[in-house]
Parts: sequence; C-alpha cells; structure tokens
Amino acid sequence: MEIVVCVKQVPDTTEVRIDPVKNTLIREGVPSIVNPFDKIAVEVAIQLKEKHGGRVRVVTMGPDMAKDALKECLAIGADEAVLISDRAFAGADTLATSYALAAAIGKMGPVDLILCGKQAIDGDTAQVGPGIAVRLGIPQITYAAKIELNGKMLKVDRESETGFEIHETSMPVMITVGKSIAQPRYPTIKGTMKANRAQIPVWTAADIGADARKIGLNGSPTQVRRIFVPQARAKGRIIRSETAAESVARLMQKLSEAKIV
Amino acid sequence: MAVIVNRETCIGCQACVSACPFQAIEMRDGKAVITDKCTVCGACIPVCPVEAMYREAAGRSSVSDSNAFRGVWIFIEHEENRIKNVSLELLGEGRKLADTLGEPLEAVVIGRQAEWMAKEAFESGADKVYLIEGLEFENYNTDCYANAFVGLSRAYKPSAVLIGATGNGRDLAPRIAAQLETGLCADCTGLDIDPETRLVIWTRPAFGGNIMADIICPDHRPQMGTVRPNVFKAPVRNTGRTGEIVRVAYRAKPEDMRVKLVDTIRICAGGVNIEEADIIVSGGRGMGKPENFRAIRELADVLGGAVGASRAVVDAGWEPVMHQVGQTGKTVGPKIYFACGISGAIQHLAGMSSSDLIIAVNKDPDAPIFQVADYGIVGDVMEILPLLTEAFRTVKAARK
Repeated sequence: MEIVVCVKQVPDTTEVRIDPVKNTLIREGVPSIVNPFDKIAVEVAIQLKEKHGGRVRVVTMGPDMAKDALKECLAIGADEAVLISDRAFAGADTLATSYALAAAIGKMGPVDLILCGKQAIDGDTAQVGPGIAVRLGIPQITYAAKIELNGKMLKVDRESETGFEIHETSMPVMITVGKSIAQPRYPTIKGTMKANRAQIPVWTAADIGADARKIGLNGSPTQVRRIFVPQARAKGRIIRSETAAESVARLMQKLSEAKIV
Repeated sequence: MAVIVNRETCIGCQACVSACPFQAIEMRDGKAVITDKCTVCGACIPVCPVEAMYREAAGRSSVSDSNAFRGVWIFIEHEENRIKNVSLELLGEGRKLADTLGEPLEAVVIGRQAEWMAKEAFESGADKVYLIEGLEFENYNTDCYANAFVGLSRAYKPSAVLIGATGNGRDLAPRIAAQLETGLCADCTGLDIDPETRLVIWTRPAFGGNIMADIICPDHRPQMGTVRPNVFKAPVRNTGRTGEIVRVAYRAKPEDMRVKLVDTIRICAGGVNIEEADIIVSGGRGMGKPENFRAIRELADVLGGAVGASRAVVDAGWEPVMHQVGQTGKTVGPKIYFACGISGAIQHLAGMSSSDLIIAVNKDPDAPIFQVADYGIVGDVMEILPLLTEAFRTVKAARK
C-alpha cells in the first residue's frame, strides 16, 4: 500500500497567550509541534503498513524549520519525507496550500491512500484534505475513527454527530482522521537517530511544476483583513457558601428570581 | 499583494514586530523587514506611528466577473426528515445579508423527496429554492452532493454561499470551493457586509479561539463560508410565505458513488445531539473519575438535556468524542449550559460561550470558567451535583 500523509507544523495553541496590554498573541517560547491530528494520521499509516506492507511517505509545506516536523514523523516509523518549500508558496490560504500539496503528491507517482489530520489546531479549517482530494480527482472520507483494508476495498468508520457511519470505498482515496482512531507511538532511540541522519529532499514550486498563479498569495482567494481579540462575556455572580446545600439553595433562588426556573 | 516597509521612514520602533500575529516581521539593521511568514493580514499597518507600512496590490488576477454573480445561497442540510437547525439559522442571517445587498435569498435543497423542505425554506425567508431530487440523494454523500451543488453554482452564479459548519457541512464545503477554485472561510461566528465593497466579511476564531479574524474573498465568486451552529437564532416561521421553486434534473454519475454508506450506528445517549440540545450538562476532569459522570447524566435526565464533555475527559476515554464541546469538538449554544468540574480552557470556551445561560461548578475559585459563567458555585462538584439534581426534581414535581 502506497500511503502519503500530509502534515503541518503548528504552534502549540494550548500554550498561546494574549498580551493583555497590547492585545496581541504572545508567541515567544511557544513550541512548534506536529499538528496532533496529523501525527495520529502518521500513526494510522504506520499501522496499515505494518499489517499490509507498503510504504509511508510524509509531506509538508513550510519553511526550512518544518523539517523538524518531518523528522518527528520519520522517528516514529515513516519511511520517507519531503518538504515543499519556496518563497513563492508564502501567504497561501487553504486553496493554494491544497493545490501545492496535490502537485507534490502527483510527482510522487501512484498513491493508494492519502491521510490527513481532521484539522490543524492553529487554523482549524479542515479544508486542505478535501482540497487535495479534489485536485487529485479522488473521493474522500472525513473524520475517520477506524480504517480496515478488506481486499482492495477500505471499510471506514466515520464519526457522525450521533455515532458512526460505516463506509466502503475503493482506492485511491483521501481520508482525514480524528483522535479516537489511534494514539501516536513514541519514537525509539534507533528511530530518532535514523530521523536525525535523514536527508530530507526539498521541492520548490518549479520542482512540482506548480502554476505560479495558483500558489502562495496569488493563488489564495481569501485575505485576512483584520485580527482582533474576542470580546469577553460579562462576568456573572459567584456563589460561595459554607455548605453545598446553602450554595445550591442560593443558586435556585437566583434562578427563580431571574424567572429561569 | 504584499505588505511593504518604507525603509526611508521606518524609525525602528518595533511596534509592528509585536503587533504581528504571525511573527513575520524581523528587525535588520534597525529597520523592520517582512519575512515569508507574512500573510498580508495588515495588523502591522495601523500600529506604525510613522505610516511606514502599506499594502501593495500587484500580480493578483481577478478570476471572475463579480457583477455576473447575484444571490445569497443557503445549503439546506437535513437528517431523518428534518431540516437541521443551523440551516434555518443561516436562512435568518442570510436574509439580512441579502437585504443589505439588495439581492435575493436562495436555498439549495438536495434530497430523495425534498419538496417539503422548499416550503419550510420559504417560510424561513428564502425567495427561491433550487431543488434537486433523486434516489441517490437519500443520504448525504460527499461527491453526489458536492457535484450537484457545483453544477448549480456554475449555472446560477450566486454571490455568496453559506453552509452550516457541521460534520457534513465541513466535509462538503471545501469540496465545492476547490472545484469552483474560490475562497472558503471555515467555521465563521460572525457575518457582515462591507458597505463600500459589498463584500461579505467572514469573522472566525483562530489559534484555538485565542484570536478572531475578519476574512474577505475580494476577487473570486462565489464567496463561501461555513458557519457554526448556534451562533445565530433561527427566524420565526412566516406560515404561508412562499416563493419560486427551480427544479433541476441533475443525476449523479457512477463515479460520484465510489464511497458507499453501508450502515449507521447511533451511540449518543438518548439520541440527543449536543449541537441541537436546549440544555447541556457537561463534565470535565474535575469530576474525578469516570464513574462520577453518573451524577452528570442524572442531572441531564431530570432536565431533559444532553451530556457534554471537555477535551480532557474525552482524551482520557471517559466519554465518546461526539460529546466533546470546544474548538476541536462541537460548538453548542443551549439555553442553559452546566459546566461541572471544567476549568474553562480557551478551547472549551470557544465551543460554548454563546450559550444563553452558563452555570459553573468548580472547586477552584480562580478557574477561568467563572469568567464566563452567569452563575458560579465554588465547591465540591460531587457534593453539589446531587443536591442540584434533587432541587430541579422538586421544581419539576411542583410544576406537575
């Protein structure tokens, strides 16, 4: 099975704080990590390979620093990694990003399965995976909770709002995964050493044969016009009584005064 | 398009460096330099005290003749013979956008037998409904629905398309946008029209809800966005209000059916979807152990509500993922939201702060959840929850 996993290097948004005076994001000291959902996708790919054979390749678009993210994936068992990097990719929105990643995957030769995390924790758009699938002309299943290979078909459990949907699909297909599907493994020492030694090829816009009008800012229909800090909800009343019973009684009284109950 | 620094006037004050949300400005030789992390968001432009930063428009081709595109479109999502609340909410909000633009509000209805949805769409504000019916549209299928929608959009050219940011909506919208090669703004919580340019301003949270961004799609049509459930109110039904139905005889192609739905499994307790619930009782790590969630379920049962959960307890395997509230879970907006033993990380707040009333119980008086709660009880959640359940049971009994 030829599997390609698309990953993104993101700031750990759980560590992002707002500067209360300047109203801006404090990103100093915020670590860069592999988007957690993407790392789960890498784990799923490795498990499928362990069971059915094949090859797992990871690809990311970003600056040279993004090689660290790829090395993290190599360390847990991905076979190969490719960085696509070019000044011309800068400022890409999800449409331009999916175009560039699809062009890179196209250069990799025939692929059976493309895996992505369900969304990135910095942008939370969940749009790049489906965008890649469209560019490659293949179907998609999003929010997968389980993937099984039966002969030439995949059986996929998809998270729905009230449970699961079971889908069957032929390959090639693009699948995005949620966190219930697997827990990423820790790297072994051997894996880490191998990853550190790995020479990661860097493909430019010209290498992937990208149309200059479809990448970076020029290929991005959306523009960020303004960024601001969300308005906080007004703070309410705190009830703190001697006993739990008194607290509950006071809450019920307040709810009744406010005609809520 | 790029942000340019005028090196002559830059005084090296670094105001732009700290204003940049993307760390895309560096100081070199005492002057600001824009690096390739720049997304041209423009956050640096107004903070520069000497007006040394400006946007340069160049090299960007306008892809479509925007004047040929008219009408605000709402995708009508349905499940089990019911229109989803979010689609009705979007009809209400879309009506306002359409009126501001002086354009019609139009709904896209795709289903097996779907004409009844057209009637409901008219009563909720639509002027026109594009109707596609067929056996293959009985259940949501990505390719069948996306390709049908793309066909409609190419033929009838809307200026804006709004789709609910549900699981299926977020599956469908990027598929359509990529085929139409237009911009899509995910998971919006605010919509407006810029009076000068008549562009839709899509407002959305980013960086885990830490910041908000206004996004525009100036040169491509349609402008597209997915919009979170429960941020807008559904309009009051205007019974008998009607409109024009445009039937489109579109049939799915065999290659649209490469993915087949073979079964559905319902596991949500009582079948209550938290996105549509009026009352939600949510528990977090402060519940102590998974068995203690029984107290959450009891209160939810008495109130006829749904059970929610924080990311921490879903990650720990105490509750299934479809109960998760927050930035990477679901966005909810019930009439009453109980947060029990939930500290209130910003990612959680991003998923529930549009609730009408928030009641929090937590033993830590400094927990951030108390910053958003209308009523907060400081105390042991396992002591308070049973008492609260009993109190509501008494209120309920008194009503009967």
